[in-house]
Amino acid sequence: MKVRVYVSLKNGVLDPQGRAIHHALEGLGFSGVNDVRAGRMIELDVDATVTDEALDDMARKLLANMVIENYRIERVA
Amino acid sequence: MSFTAAVITFPGSNCDRDMAVAIEEISGGTVHRVWHGDADLPDGLDFIALPGGFSYGDYLRSGAMAARSPVMQAVVRAAERGVAVLGVCNGFQVLTEAGLLPGALMRNAGIRFVCREVALKVETSQSLFTSGYDAGERIHIPVAHHDGNYYADAETLDRLEGEGRVAFRYAEPVNGSQRDIAGVLNDRGNVLGMMPHPERMIEAAQGGTDGRVLFESVVRGLVTA
Repeated sequence: MKVRVYVSLKNGVLDPQGRAIHHALEGLGFSGVNDVRAGRMIELDVDATVTDEALDDMARKLLANMVIENYRIERVA
Repeated sequence: MSFTAAVITFPGSNCDRDMAVAIEEISGGTVHRVWHGDADLPDGLDFIALPGGFSYGDYLRSGAMAARSPVMQAVVRAAERGVAVLGVCNGFQVLTEAGLLPGALMRNAGIRFVCREVALKVETSQSLFTSGYDAGERIHIPVAHHDGNYYADAETLDRLEGEGRVAFRYAEPVNGSQRDIAGVLNDRGNVLGMMPHPERMIEAAQGGTDGRVLFESVVRGLVTA
């Protein structure tokens, strides 16, 4: 089964990439964008036997850096 | 007592040879070159250096993959035994990812890769790595990084400052680091991570010798210890 792990910067952590994307959007003439935060999505294909705890452990030990990032795990059918 | 060091090479390290030459020339000792897949370090090490570069292509996060490589588990154990460990640039990123140093190194605030000589302020001379400098001394050492923007929460930063664990600060704007931090020590003082490259400032032909003092401090501290 597919699992998606969404990794994003914690609130309050400056996101230079998001800021650059924001500027680029404005440069293209898009208005009304208040803020941009860039993250990453990691898709795993795992056995159905892999537990939520194991996924959580993977996220904490490698996929996210808990000093600066949060993560959210989503199981996709 | 002879000085024995190891320089770790990860796939994508590119400052490992410079680091090995610097340590060898300044210490006159033995420098082992160790590959990332090695699960064990040579016996009797005084000093381990993690060099700059782009280990594992900076995949996932700078230093993230290297921090989970077999050799890093041996480095963590050695650091816990009190062996001196220096991480420069990517080596600093690896040390934070491995949990040997607090904080994280994020994309430079200005987005761009910064490659130039910068002015630093030595914050403490009370460490193995900085005993040859004067506290408050201004030195010049090159940086070359994309992810050097040091981040830690305010409480951690206060603790680092309160415990004299900020080794170097930038004396000019470089990468947006919190409180201009360029190098930090662990609580025991045997692990230093820094973004600037001291191994690139060890002889006059390189434009200065401000980096040489760091290696001289380590050798003096460990050989007379």
